[in-house]
Amino acid sequence: MDTVFKKPHALTDTTMHYCPGCTHGIAHRLIAEVIDELGIEGKTVGVSPVGCAYNNYIYFNCDMVQAAHGRAPAVATGIKRVHPDNFVFTYQGDGDLAAIGTAEIVHAATRGEKITVIFINNAIYGMTSGQMAPTTLIGQVTTTSPFGRKPELHGYPVKVCELLSTLEGAVYVERVSLHDVKNIKNAKSAIKKAFKVQAAGLGFSIVEVLSSCPTNWGINPVGALEWIKDKMIPVYPLGNFKGKDLEV
Amino acid sequence: MGEKLLMKGNEVIAEAALRAGCRHYFGYPITPQTEIAHYMAKKMNELGGTFVQAESEVAAINMVYGAASAGARVLTSSSSPGISLKQEGLSYIAGAELPAVVVNIVRCGPGLGGILPAQCDYFQAVKGGGHGDYKMVVLAPSSVQELYELTVEAFNIADRYRIVSMIMGDGILGQMMEVVEFKDKENIEKVEKNWATTGTQMKREHNTITSIYIEPEILEKHNQKLQAKFALIAEKETRVESYNCEDADIIVTAFGTVARIVKNVIKMAQKEGIKVGLIRPITLWPFPVKEFEKYADVPKAFLSVELNAGQMVEDVKLAVNGKRPVHFYGRMGGMIPTQKEILDKIKEILNK
Repeated sequence: MDTVFKKPHALTDTTMHYCPGCTHGIAHRLIAEVIDELGIEGKTVGVSPVGCAYNNYIYFNCDMVQAAHGRAPAVATGIKRVHPDNFVFTYQGDGDLAAIGTAEIVHAATRGEKITVIFINNAIYGMTSGQMAPTTLIGQVTTTSPFGRKPELHGYPVKVCELLSTLEGAVYVERVSLHDVKNIKNAKSAIKKAFKVQAAGLGFSIVEVLSSCPTNWGINPVGALEWIKDKMIPVYPLGNFKGKDLEV
Repeated sequence: MGEKLLMKGNEVIAEAALRAGCRHYFGYPITPQTEIAHYMAKKMNELGGTFVQAESEVAAINMVYGAASAGARVLTSSSSPGISLKQEGLSYIAGAELPAVVVNIVRCGPGLGGILPAQCDYFQAVKGGGHGDYKMVVLAPSSVQELYELTVEAFNIADRYRIVSMIMGDGILGQMMEVVEFKDKENIEKVEKNWATTGTQMKREHNTITSIYIEPEILEKHNQKLQAKFALIAEKETRVESYNCEDADIIVTAFGTVARIVKNVIKMAQKEGIKVGLIRPITLWPFPVKEFEKYADVPKAFLSVELNAGQMVEDVKLAVNGKRPVHFYGRMGGMIPTQKEILDKIKEILNK
């Protein structure tokens, strides 16, 4: 019988621990498919974050390094500078990247570090049980904004792609979403291009991935995908912010 | 013999690291150690190594974590407030068992304090400044020559045990120029780093560098392994210099630059017929407990002289274990004791 669909080699056989309806698993698979298709598993080193994906080093078959909260871009810098021919990616959530790790992500991009950042934006802290993130939407109820995020108290959602695309060292910046099949395909194309930009040594690349968190949003899995489409995308418009025309 | 040069302490640290095969340096400017970064910025360019001026000490130590994960000999340097910022990373490096060398050219605190010489980071260095049960090997050179030799050795120790070696000096040592004699060839221990995340090349199972172990049974085992390693290091790597201790009336203990002042005090005291010995810990951790035990019955008393409010004296008391009185004399804030001050303190103790 012909095999028409299988698990990417870059993923291990370990069963994932993510909640039902969470899109982390899809994001992991897309990264692994790209690693397979580019044939770079043996030269790839991933950096795991702090957050729900803290132990995604058990899901990827490439070498992995677990980093402190927010420090993944600095850790990735160290790894890449030692072996510039290796592919180095970080996998970071919104608390990790856009709160505690703001300095590290901004300066890795500023330096044009030749790394690829996969930024999972689900507008909430998952692992610590649903606190307000820098990317939490106005009015969104979280455990630390129980009456909804209010601009006068909590400020406004951080738009990471818009922010980083002002930096010359960031050469490929794109925001994608995982709420339906068409967008998942687009997400994979963006991740692949980001890795190709790294292969070409052009500079820093980041793909922001709008993702679901049914558990902490308090919405069922299907409703969570609708919520991405109806609530998140208007605040975080999809598309390329930089590097659309790069030939890689 | 090797090349003899007149060099500044901070530059010797950088040169020693290069001679030890270090090709990756990550740092952030802070007085009084920044000459290390200046030297590395030039030399790494010539040698094809890495020099990164990080956005913060927090980032710099995490770059060290990454480079060490990738199997490199890696250095960062800073000074007290910057070392405080590195504590998060040092704890992770200890937990993940990575080899790295960290330099602290100590200045006086607390807070922003001042830039003048001090030894007030002793507790932070030897008791584990970050969270969790861990140790670093802490080396305390007292001359520019020793800065060179111990920096090279720090890299060997780090690789041998997968641990952080810290060089702890002060502004006197970092800023002064002395003659240093370099060896023609360094003793660089080659250690197989088959744990490093260098890419599997599709030839082995994937490597993971991590410090998180959610299962308590596994985390306890990990901690027991770390403690066994620290015990082995204590047995193998303790370094100390003793001087005139055999028939001393009083044994003074001091490390780093202060020990040099004490050596002059010993000569002054001899002229007055007072026999003063010196125990100079070269490794602050592991602390040379056995050396104190060896001489614990000899003098009338011990005196610890430090550039702080009394930190190493606690370890001296533990080592002497009540056999003799242990006194303390310290200056703070960048003030340095004169030889006469120390001799007066010795006389005060002996005449009691």
